Amino acid sequence: MATDLADTRKRGAEPEQTIHVSRNRALHRFLRHRLAIFGALTIVALVVACAIGPNITPFDHLFIDIRSRFLSPLTDAYLFGSDEMGRDLLARLMMAGRVSLTIGFAAMVLSTIFGTVIGAVAGYYGKTVGVVLMRFVDAVLCFPNIFLLLTLAAFIHPSMMTITIIIAATSWMEVARVVEGQIRALRERDFAVAAEMIGASNSHIMFRELLPNAVAPIVVAATLTVARAILLESYISFLGYGIQPPDPSWGNMLNNAQQYLNTAPWLAIFPGLAITLAVTGFNFLGDGLRDALDPRLEG
Amino acid sequence: MQASRAAAHETVLDVQDLSVTFRTPVGPIEVPSGVSFTVRQGETLALVGESGSGKSVTSLAIMRLTAKAPYAVVRGRVRLRDASGFRDLLLLTDEQMRRVRGNEISMIFQEPMTSLNPVHRIGDQIAEAIRFHRDVTPAAAQDRALELLELVGISEPRKRLASYPHHLSGGMRQRVMIAIALACDPKVLIADEPTTALDVTVQAQILALLKELQARTGMAIIFITHNLGVVAEVADRVMVMYAGKIVEQADVGPLFARPMMPYTAGLLRSVPRVAILGERGAALQTIGGNVPDPLTLPPGCAFHPRCLHHQPGRCDAALPPLEQVGDDRAVRCLRWREIGSAAA
Repeated sequence: MATDLADTRKRGAEPEQTIHVSRNRALHRFLRHRLAIFGALTIVALVVACAIGPNITPFDHLFIDIRSRFLSPLTDAYLFGSDEMGRDLLARLMMAGRVSLTIGFAAMVLSTIFGTVIGAVAGYYGKTVGVVLMRFVDAVLCFPNIFLLLTLAAFIHPSMMTITIIIAATSWMEVARVVEGQIRALRERDFAVAAEMIGASNSHIMFRELLPNAVAPIVVAATLTVARAILLESYISFLGYGIQPPDPSWGNMLNNAQQYLNTAPWLAIFPGLAITLAVTGFNFLGDGLRDALDPRLEG
Repeated sequence: MQASRAAAHETVLDVQDLSVTFRTPVGPIEVPSGVSFTVRQGETLALVGESGSGKSVTSLAIMRLTAKAPYAVVRGRVRLRDASGFRDLLLLTDEQMRRVRGNEISMIFQEPMTSLNPVHRIGDQIAEAIRFHRDVTPAAAQDRALELLELVGISEPRKRLASYPHHLSGGMRQRVMIAIALACDPKVLIADEPTTALDVTVQAQILALLKELQARTGMAIIFITHNLGVVAEVADRVMVMYAGKIVEQADVGPLFARPMMPYTAGLLRSVPRVAILGERGAALQTIGGNVPDPLTLPPGCAFHPRCLHHQPGRCDAALPPLEQVGDDRAVRCLRWREIGSAAA
């Protein structure tokens, strides 16, 4: 059996066809999920509208015109009508969208980062550290969110930044749980042991070896967090503790519209519709991503 | 395979009295127990035994990858040669040990299909191994990764650098694992059943590759396997383990020619042979009975309930010591002289 290395190389060189199916499979699965596509398109539409809309509408969202109060939708150039101060509803809606979507997204980023770190550390080290951390997560989860939010908001002067932080502080737990479960399972996999074998440090294994394998559930949790965050921001703004007028937010526009529900219902319908579309869009997107990225549905 | 003792190669690893005690809900288990061996530069030591004999745990203990105390307590001395003599690996701090792993001692596993991280490219994984222990730029690490892929005989190495593990077959993945293990020129390579999960033809290629790399770099190989055919192919020295203890140690030729311990003889006898005309229908030889439960080891010699030469009163009285026979052999059997030359 004196095989020299040249022969070994020739025989060992099986022509490997590069398989790219797995990447396209996920995309393919996503595209089959009609609701997910609807969700994605809705969000894109909202984001684009809110980003450039206020720059192209004929009216500035702060422009007050008493003569044009309570105009119903499609009157002159007021596409969605006007409010009690004659401000164009569409312009205000899109401006508010900027606020709500930004807060939603930023809160998601903060809470995902924080939750991921906590979950990764808890899942990787396990034993005492894991138990203590996860019980802490459970404890925070048990707190009634709205009350916590309102209490915090009452003490802190509400601005976009503080509201983002407060919402993030009540949204990270779900991600932490998801990540903890993933890391705990991945830690036992062969490639994790192999990484230890070649001298990788704990933090390297946690964040560069294990975490990239857990991206799918984190992405899904993150999308759903945005939906929740938008909803939460609307709640606290509606209750008066969030974004303060005259800055518009979908929530405080709803608050405003309460007293005019009989005479000018469109003042409530459009902000409500906007919130619903945004939240539903993100939820559908999250569902679609979850189905698309679930490895168990592979093949 | 002849033991190459012509050149006086120095000892690189000296394991003395290694034992690992596991704390289990049903009591302490000591597997391996009192294991001692040395490995020289350029030498291949085969660690042979059935499942549960302690061969894998021995290698994990050397790399200090067993569970932490108090779940697993490692005792003994594991002395690795470095520039200024020997260093006991069991006395190093975690940080120091991390610098040894993958650098001075490397390991390759049984399961190439799952040992690579599925979301990183091959080139990145090899480069990572290099950059843990050498201060080089990422570009230099990628160059070295390319060299290593060529060294282990992977075709189209440049393309493979950018591939993901799922693009590669089992044999190619095992070659990549070898490349990662060799990235920093280790003194000792521990191969834990590296070919068990591969096709026979691929197995032959991998073994040939390992021998070639050993000849080139002079590294020592500890080859863990239960396959005696592989042992005959690659080993210079063989160590047979049973129930956590070494029961025979010898150079490969003498071991196969004249096994002294009945367990070794049984193992050799039980290797199936391609039937020669006229011998068809002969029963496969086995060693009767089962490997003992480590919690309830038989008294005296742990193998005696299954041994054909068991002598009541003697073999079950006290644990036989590991007896030195000549320069290069050791056997743990009270009756080896009487049993005579039982060649398989």
